[in-house]
Amino acid sequence: MSRSVKLATAAALGVVMIALLPVVSGAQQKQAKASVEQPAPKPPVKLGLGRPALPEEIQAWDIDVRPDGQGLPPGKGTAKLGDAIFQEKCTICHGEFGEGVGRYPVLSGGLGTLKADRPDKTVGSYWPNATTVYDYIRHAMPFGSARSLSNDEIYSLVAYILSMSDVIKDQDFELNEKNLAAVEMPNANGFYEDDREVSEKQFWKANPCMKDCRAAPKVIGRAMAVDVTPDNKAGPKVD
Amino acid sequence: MSNEPTADLLNRRRFLSVAGLAGAGAVLPTIAQAGEAPKPDPLITEVQDWNRYLGDGVDKRPYGVPSKYEKHVVRRDVSWLTASPESSVNFTPLHELDGIITPSGVCFERHHGGIAEINPADHRLMIHGLVEKPLVFTMDDIKRMPRVNKVYFLECAANSGMEWRGAQLNGCQFTHGMIHNVMYTGVPLKLLLDEAGLKPNVKWLMLEGADSAGMNRSLPIAKALDDVLIAFAMNGEALRPENGYPLRAVIPGWQGNLWVKWLRRIEAGDQPWQTREETSKYTDLMPDGRARKHTFVMDAKSVITNPSPQAPLKFKGRNVLTGVAWSGRGTVKRVDVTLDGGRNWQAARIDGPVLDKSLVRFYVDFDWNGEELMIQSRAIDETGYVQPSKDELRKVRGVNSVYHNNGIQTWLVRGNGETENVEIG
Repeated sequence: MSRSVKLATAAALGVVMIALLPVVSGAQQKQAKASVEQPAPKPPVKLGLGRPALPEEIQAWDIDVRPDGQGLPPGKGTAKLGDAIFQEKCTICHGEFGEGVGRYPVLSGGLGTLKADRPDKTVGSYWPNATTVYDYIRHAMPFGSARSLSNDEIYSLVAYILSMSDVIKDQDFELNEKNLAAVEMPNANGFYEDDREVSEKQFWKANPCMKDCRAAPKVIGRAMAVDVTPDNKAGPKVD
Repeated sequence: MSNEPTADLLNRRRFLSVAGLAGAGAVLPTIAQAGEAPKPDPLITEVQDWNRYLGDGVDKRPYGVPSKYEKHVVRRDVSWLTASPESSVNFTPLHELDGIITPSGVCFERHHGGIAEINPADHRLMIHGLVEKPLVFTMDDIKRMPRVNKVYFLECAANSGMEWRGAQLNGCQFTHGMIHNVMYTGVPLKLLLDEAGLKPNVKWLMLEGADSAGMNRSLPIAKALDDVLIAFAMNGEALRPENGYPLRAVIPGWQGNLWVKWLRRIEAGDQPWQTREETSKYTDLMPDGRARKHTFVMDAKSVITNPSPQAPLKFKGRNVLTGVAWSGRGTVKRVDVTLDGGRNWQAARIDGPVLDKSLVRFYVDFDWNGEELMIQSRAIDETGYVQPSKDELRKVRGVNSVYHNNGIQTWLVRGNGETENVEIG
């Protein structure tokens, strides 16, 4: 039985289900926990495979960082220091001012564009958590030379990137493992849980129309007119 | 064919030359002009080389590849889409395939830091975080666990993402090719988690790859315990390097980005990690400037693969219209097809297995007299979800969500058989 089924059962027993899966409220979690603690009809049989992970091994691989700051390593940096590192290691793709080279990601600007016809989703304009910048750089940057930056260098780069959108204004502000999680991003409240099953419930239709469903359709757009399909030689060039 | 009246044959010849498709006639039986005596086909009357001489012996092709006449059946990319081929995507040639299984060699690729080449003897999977006993598994360990075989589609959430503002790419390979459907062999993730022993407050897992992007995503625990697999094989053989060899996550019905390849680490936690791939990417910007997050499930969708821009109609008379349909919410219950741009619909014939969260193959066998067609398909899944039109989708989602474009695709089939990606209104 899946946990969702268990929770549904719990709900049937009188616990009010509020949130849609997969996010489970505290009360539901407690209820689920209670049901997990009841003797199961068939306790899981351990296969006895795998070996204990050693603390040094976990430390070597555990490089993720969460919004609450869990995983942030000890260290510190400033936007000023980050600028120098950025100019050396990042501009080839992101440009001197984070404007992005070719199709590489733009890091600066974009504030206030999310409702625009062509939104610019940058760290400053879109990303909800500053910790994500640390997590991502630590995992994947610089592109082609991952895992090569020190913890301090990453703090400095995060500070510099945040300074591009004035999230950090003071170039000498020290960013560290104690204050990074507290940095508030401009679009922190810009996200909400998937609500398709409510906001798009009109797409569940009992009897979709089969006969005389609409007026005669007209062609209003053609891919051949746009002419960006790779078969055609006229596709836009990215430099 | 021999029963067809001569007038039809004449029309066909004229049609082929008008369409510039006469070259295709090379594979057609020779047809006599009216008034001429039928000429025998030399492919039949003359002994062919392959009929006379010995072919390659059994050792010539220790790992078989498709015929040299199928060289055009390949994954293709759209180079202007992305900055570098190492962080990019290419597309499955849907218009060249049939049935429901995607051959491994043409399954679309999406990498964030290129293909990690890992010797399975050097691969480790770590499970840690909120568990009783953090564990490390080797590939040998994983292959000693009870395993299952399941066919699932994997669709990138950005599939059809270029089409939000209107018809842009002229081919179903490019509009719909970020999908593949293969049989996986693997171990239910639940078994691995049971070995480590989840603590009661676990709500989310973080899955991370061993590639140079260290791709990481958060996964709700309910899904992890439901049907997620840790797979080491696809279509009966080891995973391909580009699909995560030696180990990948299989998250049935959910967006492809969650299916972490080269899977090396699973951390159990009590909240999502908000990684780059689940905040900056794979969130759906709505017209009000806010964005949906955790939009994991892939809505029901379908596309006609033949005819399509890369596979025009070549013949009047009998033709086979075919395509694929899928739903992240379960099985496909029905696929409807229209030939007149949505005025009238008919239920297509689904042939082959109908499986949970897998592609189904549908057909409409029809006669074509050369009239212009506007062909569309719409999938209906077991929950009653009906694939919406693009306009219906845009009404809710605007045009900037990038992801989750499951709107109905229109192909315009012209009188000469040419087929084109169009937007209709």
